[in-house]
Amino acid sequence: MAVGLSGFAFGVTSAGSGLTLLQTCALSLLVFTGASQFALVGALAGGGNPFTAAAGAFFLGVRNAFYGLRLSQLLALPRAVRPFAAQWVIDETTAVALAQPTRRSVRIGFTVTGLTLYVLWNLTTLLGALGADAIGDTDAWGLDAAGPAVFLALLAPMLKTTMERVVAGLAVVLGLGLLPVLPAGVPVLVAALAAPAVLWAEGRRRAPTGPAEDDDTVGEGR
Amino acid sequence: MNIWIAIGLTAVGCYAVKLIGLLIPAGLLERPLVQRLAALLPVALLAALTAQQTFADGRVLVLDAKAAGLAAAAVALLLRAPFLLVVAAAVLVTAGVRAMAG
Repeated sequence: MAVGLSGFAFGVTSAGSGLTLLQTCALSLLVFTGASQFALVGALAGGGNPFTAAAGAFFLGVRNAFYGLRLSQLLALPRAVRPFAAQWVIDETTAVALAQPTRRSVRIGFTVTGLTLYVLWNLTTLLGALGADAIGDTDAWGLDAAGPAVFLALLAPMLKTTMERVVAGLAVVLGLGLLPVLPAGVPVLVAALAAPAVLWAEGRRRAPTGPAEDDDTVGEGR
Repeated sequence: MNIWIAIGLTAVGCYAVKLIGLLIPAGLLERPLVQRLAALLPVALLAALTAQQTFADGRVLVLDAKAAGLAAAAVALLLRAPFLLVVAAAVLVTAGVRAMAG
């Protein structure tokens, strides 16, 4: 259900960003990792060149390599099958597979979730792209707010500790502050450096005293 | 043409990282520093993208109805609303503010 709505929102956003129906559907079929797709069409709509736009989308997709690492141990697939399974290595399939008790159910869970989401994501993308053409001015319907809302919904559960909040805050400042001065698409890549920068600063701060308590969650944390 | 180049690069890149995870031996990515960086990278990217897509029009910073929509989404998230409701809140509030303003 949630995937269906974001697929629809992606189709609408992509069409509203000026991509053709074919380009929109090609993204969902070939890329199949939502955050990267939203990032790419957002960057292209903002006037970014194809290389910086693709770089931002790529870095968002890097997390899937870590999912794949987990999954390869659990699924224990023959090497010949792995290239076919790879396209389904995403947030949701990993979450489902990790929750299964046996190898057999891991494989079933991964396959069923992967197939279902792949079909659903691509169908709703198509509907969204078609719907956007029918709707006309997508901004009047507030649909340009769907992309950032999806990002925020993905981001919120990640903000568990002070460290993540500092990274997010720094990235916002860099992303907005550099927007007027750097070419389109580049500020987001510079903002990504907030992650290693904070990690490095944290390492330096901790080095003299040794490892400290990690989870200093404040406020209403989870 | 530029759009197709971007689509091609993204598709190849995103597929490659998925496949790499399945193919390389464990251990190589299991180093704590690599893991923490991998966890923090999406935080930085998503935060920057959320801010830019809300407060930027091209390369100019703006404050418009989308800011109200995002605030509504944030409230929905704090109330632990499901994903569907979060996105719907952002869309509806943005459309509502635009309708009142325009």
